[in-house]
Amino acid sequence: MVLRGFRRFRLFFSYFKDLVGQEVTVELKNDLAITGTLHSVDQYLNIKLENTRVVDQDKYPHMLSVRNCFIRGSVVRYVQLPPDGVDVDLLHDAARREARGG
Amino acid sequence: MSVEEDATVREPLDLIRLSIEERIYVKLRSDRELRGKLHAYDQHLNMILGDVEEVITTVEIDDETYEEIVRTSKRKVPFLFVRGDGVILVSPPLRTT
Repeated sequence: MVLRGFRRFRLFFSYFKDLVGQEVTVELKNDLAITGTLHSVDQYLNIKLENTRVVDQDKYPHMLSVRNCFIRGSVVRYVQLPPDGVDVDLLHDAARREARGG
Repeated sequence: MSVEEDATVREPLDLIRLSIEERIYVKLRSDRELRGKLHAYDQHLNMILGDVEEVITTVEIDDETYEEIVRTSKRKVPFLFVRGDGVILVSPPLRTT
């Protein structure tokens, strides 16, 4: 019965951990979009990206020299993901088990 | 697999569970809307959607005539994580007759 609580509250944390090493584009709530390689993620879905480049460089020149960054999870609006990153069936099963408010 | 997978709908989040692998409509803050296939979600309403179309609505007011000009911009993203704190509502796709 311990298994019931094992995967709670961690679905997307686990998902992003499986995605480390892949290219993603993080769109922030201030409309800035950053493409980079996913280096690491934590339980708050804070994200570390490497080899970063800003999507619209002419509009946001102040990050031209930034190559690695830490993004606070709460400022993320979207993360554009590789479509073949993870098995979607696993996601469906995990989501059906998760999200029981309690 | 798991015996604990419950088919009863007890609370609002269970209603969303019924839509997994289905297309849904999501209203977000900042006058954005998404339509896509729901792959995963959690209690924060973080979601992963596939084959997504995003619609952003802006209203401009003409300085002279004060009329409202409504514009929408759309884009498509194949696979998208959406952070739950921006979500306002989730629904099956609205049908226009």
